[in-house]
Amino acid sequence: MKPFTYERANSPAQAAASASRVDGAKFVAGGTNLLDLMKLQIETPKHLIDVNGLGLDKIEETAEGGLRIGALVRNTDLASDKRVRKDFAVLSRALVAGANGQLRNQATTAGNLLQRTRCPYFYDTNQPCNKRQPGSGCGALQGFNRSHAIVGASDACIAVHPSDMAVAMRLLDAKVETVRADGAVRSIPIADFHRLPGDTPQVETALGAGELITSVTLPKPLGGAHFYRKVRDRASFAFALVSVAAVVQRDGSGRVALGGVAHKPWRVEAAEQKMPQGAKAVTAELLAGAKPTEQNAFKVAVVERTLGAVLAEAKG
Amino acid sequence: MKFDAPATTNPIDQLKVVGQPVDRIDGPLKTTGTARYAYERHDAVPNAAYGYVVGSAIAKGRIKSIDVAAAKAALGVLAIVTAENAGKLEKGRLNTAKLLGGPEIQHYHQAIAVVVAETFEQARDAGQMLRVDYDREQGSFDLRGGMDTAKPAGITAGPPDTAVGNFGSAFAAAPVQLDETYTTPDESHAMMEPHASTAAWDGDKLTIWTSNQMIAWGVGEVAKTLNMPKENVRLISPFVGGGFGAKLFVRSDAILAALGARAAGRPVKVTLQRALVINNTTHRPATIQRIRIGTTRDGKITAVGHESWSGDLTGGKPDGAVSQTRMLYAGADRMTATRLAALDLPESNAMRAPGEATGMMALEIAMDEMAERLGMDPIEFRILNDTQVVPDVASKPPSQDPQAINNREAQSPSKDKPFSQRQLVQCFRTGAERFGWDKRIAQPGQVRDGRWLVGIGVASAFRNNQLTKSAARVRLETDGTVTVETDMTDIGTGSYTIIGQTAAEMMGVPLQKVAVRLGDSSFPISSGSGGQWGGNNSTAGVYAACVKLREMVAQKLGFNSAEAAFSDGEVRAGNRAVPLADAARDGSLSAEDAIEYGDLDKKFQQSTFGAHFVEVVVDAATAEIRVRRMLAVCAAGRILNPKTARSQVIGAMTMGVGAALMEELVVDKRVGFFVNHDLASYEVPVHADIPHQDMIFLDETDPMSSPMKAKGVAELGICGVAAAVANAVYNATGVRVRDYPVTLDKLIAKLPAVG
Repeated sequence: MKPFTYERANSPAQAAASASRVDGAKFVAGGTNLLDLMKLQIETPKHLIDVNGLGLDKIEETAEGGLRIGALVRNTDLASDKRVRKDFAVLSRALVAGANGQLRNQATTAGNLLQRTRCPYFYDTNQPCNKRQPGSGCGALQGFNRSHAIVGASDACIAVHPSDMAVAMRLLDAKVETVRADGAVRSIPIADFHRLPGDTPQVETALGAGELITSVTLPKPLGGAHFYRKVRDRASFAFALVSVAAVVQRDGSGRVALGGVAHKPWRVEAAEQKMPQGAKAVTAELLAGAKPTEQNAFKVAVVERTLGAVLAEAKG
Repeated sequence: MKFDAPATTNPIDQLKVVGQPVDRIDGPLKTTGTARYAYERHDAVPNAAYGYVVGSAIAKGRIKSIDVAAAKAALGVLAIVTAENAGKLEKGRLNTAKLLGGPEIQHYHQAIAVVVAETFEQARDAGQMLRVDYDREQGSFDLRGGMDTAKPAGITAGPPDTAVGNFGSAFAAAPVQLDETYTTPDESHAMMEPHASTAAWDGDKLTIWTSNQMIAWGVGEVAKTLNMPKENVRLISPFVGGGFGAKLFVRSDAILAALGARAAGRPVKVTLQRALVINNTTHRPATIQRIRIGTTRDGKITAVGHESWSGDLTGGKPDGAVSQTRMLYAGADRMTATRLAALDLPESNAMRAPGEATGMMALEIAMDEMAERLGMDPIEFRILNDTQVVPDVASKPPSQDPQAINNREAQSPSKDKPFSQRQLVQCFRTGAERFGWDKRIAQPGQVRDGRWLVGIGVASAFRNNQLTKSAARVRLETDGTVTVETDMTDIGTGSYTIIGQTAAEMMGVPLQKVAVRLGDSSFPISSGSGGQWGGNNSTAGVYAACVKLREMVAQKLGFNSAEAAFSDGEVRAGNRAVPLADAARDGSLSAEDAIEYGDLDKKFQQSTFGAHFVEVVVDAATAEIRVRRMLAVCAAGRILNPKTARSQVIGAMTMGVGAALMEELVVDKRVGFFVNHDLASYEVPVHADIPHQDMIFLDETDPMSSPMKAKGVAELGICGVAAAVANAVYNATGVRVRDYPVTLDKLIAKLPAVG
């Protein structure tokens, strides 16, 4: 861990202003990922802005009938909120499938969206990683990549985004609300929030320098049956090999999003038109252009079969 | 005390304290955080500085230069030790690679420096400032690629190769045959407490508070490595947060704490970060195992062959995966072979039940496959091939095969060697009834419970019992309490408790009146903890010391020691009874002795046996595998404390599930390192993976093992578990996986369609 300076911010605008003023500043909330990365010097912020005191810890109903989730709402609180459990069950299920109780008590909504990949080459500073050190190469591409991306990857990076929560939010068409140093606010559709790696895998989100997430909004409930199936080697406290989030309506229509397959939560709206035709048809479109490696080719079958099980269960 | 004749009745047989399921006496210290571990000895060493170990970034090659300027100038830094300024260091006898590398690098994360600073954070930051320039060399990192050039290498249990009769012709002639290859991956001990040491110098005397299973070995290794007399080295290791073999040896934490302390001129403590636990220290090596079994049509094994390949750094040892195949099942014509490939991966060494743990993973799948080919129940197949004598040295009619004759001549006495106790069959019978084995449907893939495919599997458990000298000192204090001192370690196993129980039984006092002090090299040398030898040997050493103390007490109080009975705090003979404490009224009485063994273990094979039963479910869509319930039945001599012994066995069963379903150190064969070097990516079972465990100890006393009539049990518990899981997965799905771990990607393509 490199020495750093630290401040407690009093308002979102002040936090954003500080972040843009001090070079190498980072926000810290739950710290469940950032502090580990700082110890390994994968993250080396010169200045930490503690945003825990900003009061962004409420879940409120919006005029449109959705929910506004404060950036600092802890994963446990979000997962157990009655409105979330009733109307956005897929989100609640995704949250409790992630990490463990202690981490969920600490981790925040915004922090969860911003957590970084768990690729082991990213974590070992002796190894090449374009995400950690642009231009150094990708250790995983020809190395150990069983848990890596099968779709949307590039020659520079085949890492996956580790979040469960973000997959459900992508399914629900959430929007990420932010404030910038000049006080300007904007709303970023979650589809545009996380990026594919391309040639710049170090750039993971649409956030600008110093831009602070203040909340995540969910549009009005979709109804239907909600599913979050996380497939993993170990029964708990493990990242997804593949996860399938789905909302299925009585008429067989619905939505599906995947975790563990790409650099971002993976959803292809066009594929959802095929839902009445079954999992095979949906998967073919969802994973069109997929380029799995020898080690992770099994994920294609996992996606199709898991989705098949979900659709069968939805049918009853 | 020499133990060279079978044990007869002795005070332990009273079983007033020994054999009782008492709570572990060190439990309250651990649950209240007052048991101090090696990195927490602020009480003994209030002013320790912090050392941070820097590991090599390459697997093989040389350090051209290390620039320490920035690190040296960093805030709080007190000293930096590298091979350049460490002075002359020897390699420990039990180490394969040097504990401080440079300029030559032998494996990834080999220690190349320790940075000492006022705080841990300062030491770590400065450690990351070292600029190291390497000359990288191409190494060998692929076991499969090294098979052809692998060389015969001896194992703990004997020579690399054994042969009885003529395996080749017997196998060829067998009407039913199996010839399959199985693989097991590299595994990490993944104990909770990483290696840690606090070192302090007093002149030329060195004390290291460390986390180590084998204190006397450790003293010798520290002295050799640092070129100093043993007398000047003291190791203290009263609590060990898990070892599983990782802490049999002195590792870089201890040596670099000592070197750091010398350089900084004050005590230094060092703990290895998890990544270094995995790539800097030892691990269980991967194996490739070929097993051939030939039987008659009615299931009698006529030929069994087991070959195993593993790798290690040059100068290292192979895994003894073939060990149990020399002893477990009958069969007239047999062979085993062990080959070692030279690899440049971190050094491999013992991990819980080295040899049998990996060997049983393969052999017990092979037995399941063979039973299926024969159309036999896998339990009945094993029972049919039970043997009461060690088959690998059993006498045989002369063979015409010159190679076999040569091999037999090389063997020592060619006569039947019986097992001291062997209740393998009883383990299966008892377990089958408790588990409901009769409900098994032999044809795989037949049982469905909602989304789950259900299967059950079974495997033998087998692990040898090892005898080794062990000493202790027992003191009757003036207040009538008893103090035991021995350098024995408690690595979470319950040593404190069973040693206390032994002394209480022998001296006739309640357990509360016994103080047990362990893990200090100033105490008599014990067996230490490893190879499941600690329980029986260390308590037998305490027994020997207690016999001596009883004689001193009897003499002091005017009793004939042969007639004196020690119970309820009194010494009695005839109608005379004297309080035990009276013997110490003029001062405490102290006795020291060791148990030393004759040749009973040469005349009788001492082994422990068991049967593992497992029920698994496999998600019909995702192929995720989950264990539903497990049962182990163990026959392992007298169980000194059924509560602590049970904890050992269910812990071992849990570790076996890890080996079966998830544990694998992944080798990057280009770079030469274990990629998944943290506990987020090296998965071990969590609570959710282990829903229900049951276990039974069969009644057994083994008079050949020691006056305690006990044997080891903590490693027996892991042997065979993984195969029982794999066999259950096969029963559930019909997919036979021969490459561990059994993960969903190896099943999914072969499962029936969803829907």
